[in-house]
Amino acid sequence: MLSIGTAISAFRRSPLLSALSVTTIAFSLFAFGLFGLVALNIRDALRRVEERVEIRAFVADKTPVERLAAVAAEIGAYPEVGIVEIVTQEQALERARKELGEFKDVFDSAILPASLDVKLKPGFRDPGHVRSVAGRMRGYDFVDDIRFGEEWITQLYKLRNIAGVAGAALGLAFAAVAVIIIGATIRMAVLARSTEISIMRFVGATDGFIRRPFLIEGSIKGVLGGALALGLTWLAMRALERYLQFETLFFDGQLATMGLLFGALIGFLGSAVSVGRHLRKV
Amino acid sequence: MIRFQKVTKAYARSGTALRDVNLRVGKGEFVFLTGPSGAGKSTILKLLYMEERPTSGQVRVSGFSSQGLRRRDVPKLRRRLGIVFQDFRLLEDRTAEANVAFALEVTGTPRSAMPGKVSRALAQVGLASKTRAYPRELSGGEQQRVAIARALVNDPFLLIADEPTGNLDERATRGVFQLLREINASGTAVIMATHDLELVRRSEYRTIELNHGEIVFDSAEAAPQAAAMGAD
Repeated sequence: MLSIGTAISAFRRSPLLSALSVTTIAFSLFAFGLFGLVALNIRDALRRVEERVEIRAFVADKTPVERLAAVAAEIGAYPEVGIVEIVTQEQALERARKELGEFKDVFDSAILPASLDVKLKPGFRDPGHVRSVAGRMRGYDFVDDIRFGEEWITQLYKLRNIAGVAGAALGLAFAAVAVIIIGATIRMAVLARSTEISIMRFVGATDGFIRRPFLIEGSIKGVLGGALALGLTWLAMRALERYLQFETLFFDGQLATMGLLFGALIGFLGSAVSVGRHLRKV
Repeated sequence: MIRFQKVTKAYARSGTALRDVNLRVGKGEFVFLTGPSGAGKSTILKLLYMEERPTSGQVRVSGFSSQGLRRRDVPKLRRRLGIVFQDFRLLEDRTAEANVAFALEVTGTPRSAMPGKVSRALAQVGLASKTRAYPRELSGGEQQRVAIARALVNDPFLLIADEPTGNLDERATRGVFQLLREINASGTAVIMATHDLELVRRSEYRTIELNHGEIVFDSAEAAPQAAAMGAD
C-alpha cells in the first residue's frame, strides 16, 4: 500500500517528468501500434483472399447425381475439407452468365460441365494441403479435370510468408526501439530521484522496498502510455479512412487489452532494469 | 562494539585508501576522526555502514561482520545506525517532519507510531517549532539538525557523522556539536569525521588521526603512554 502511495505521489511531485515519460511511452507504442494495425489489416486482407481458395473438380457428363452426392459426402469427410458443393451444368451456366455478363448469350448449357466445388478449412489452405486434396479427388473415375489455381496459391502463400517474416522482424525492431526509449525515459525518472534512493539506502531500506514504487510507477506509466497510444492509433486510423476512403480493421477488445498489458510490461521491465542498474551503482 | 582487524581498502583507480588499520571503539564512546583530505576518514565511515567492504581484514560492527555479510542483510545493520553527512541530504520537497518520518516509513514503522517518534526526534534537536518548514526555509544549522533528527528517530546505537559541521558557520557548528555531545551523553556512540581541529582541541573526546590511510595518532593509546611517562 505504501509503495502504491509512493508511486502515485511521484506523479504529483514531478508532474512534468511523469507527463514526459507517459508521452514518450505513448509515442513509442503509437509507432508500434500503427505497425500492428497495418499488419492486422494485411493479415485480414490475405485471409479474405485465402477464403477464396477453392478446388473445382469437373465431372464427366452423365455422371449420376446420386453418385456425385455420395462422393461429395466422402470428400466432405476429409479432415481438410470445409464445404463441398455440387454444381450442376445448369448452375454452372447460371454462374458463368452472372460472372461474365457481356458474354451471357454465348454460353450454352451443354458447354459447361458439372463440378464438385470444394472449400478447405482455415489452416488447410496452403499449397501442400490443396495439392493433396486435389490429388485424392483426381482418383475418382468420373473426374475429368481439376483446377485449383496452383500457381496463384503458391504466390499467395509466398506473399503471406514474406509478410509474416517481415512483420515479425519489423515488429521486433519496433518493440526493441520502444523498450530502449522507454527504458531511457524511466532511467531519467530514476536519476531524478537518486538523492531519495541514496537516503533510503542510508536509513536502511531494502532493495525490494526501494524498487517497488518504481516498478508500480513504471507499470502505471506504461498503461497510461498504452491507452494514449491506443487513442492516437484510433485517431490515425480514422484520418486514414477518411483520406483514403476505405474501411480498415481496428484492434478488438482482446488486442487492445494486450496492448495495454504490453505497455505495463514495458514500463515494469524498463523500471526494473533502470532501478536495478542504479542500485548496483550506489 | 566496533572492531577493525588489519583492514586494508584499495580502490582500482585511486589506490590504497586504508592500510592495515586496527581499531576498537567501545559502547557509548565519542570518537573524532581527523586528518587531511584523502587520509581515509570517509573510507572508515563507509566501512562502518558497509557501503564499502575491506580489500583485506575484517570490520565488525555490533555483531555484523564484513566477512560474509550478504547485501540483503546490510539494511538490518543500517537500521541500527544513524548517518549524517556534510551536505545534509534532505528531501527538498518534504517538510522537516516528513524528512524525519521518511526514515520510519522505510523501516516499516506503523503509521500510528510515526507522529510521536517524529515529534520527539525534532524536539530533541531543538526544532519542535519548525516541523512544517521545508529545508529551503531553514538555515544550514537547522537543516543539519533535521538530518540528525532523521538519524536518531530509529534509536541507533551508533551515530556516524561525516564532516557534519563542514558547511556551517561558527555558531551553527557549536550548536550542532553541542547536540552531538548531548546525544552521546544519552548513551549513543558517536564517530565524527572532521577537519575542524579547533573543535577537536576544545573537547576531551578520543581523537584518531589518519594520514595516507594509516592511523598516526590515537589519543586512547597515547594517554596511557603519557601517563606512564609522567610516572617515570
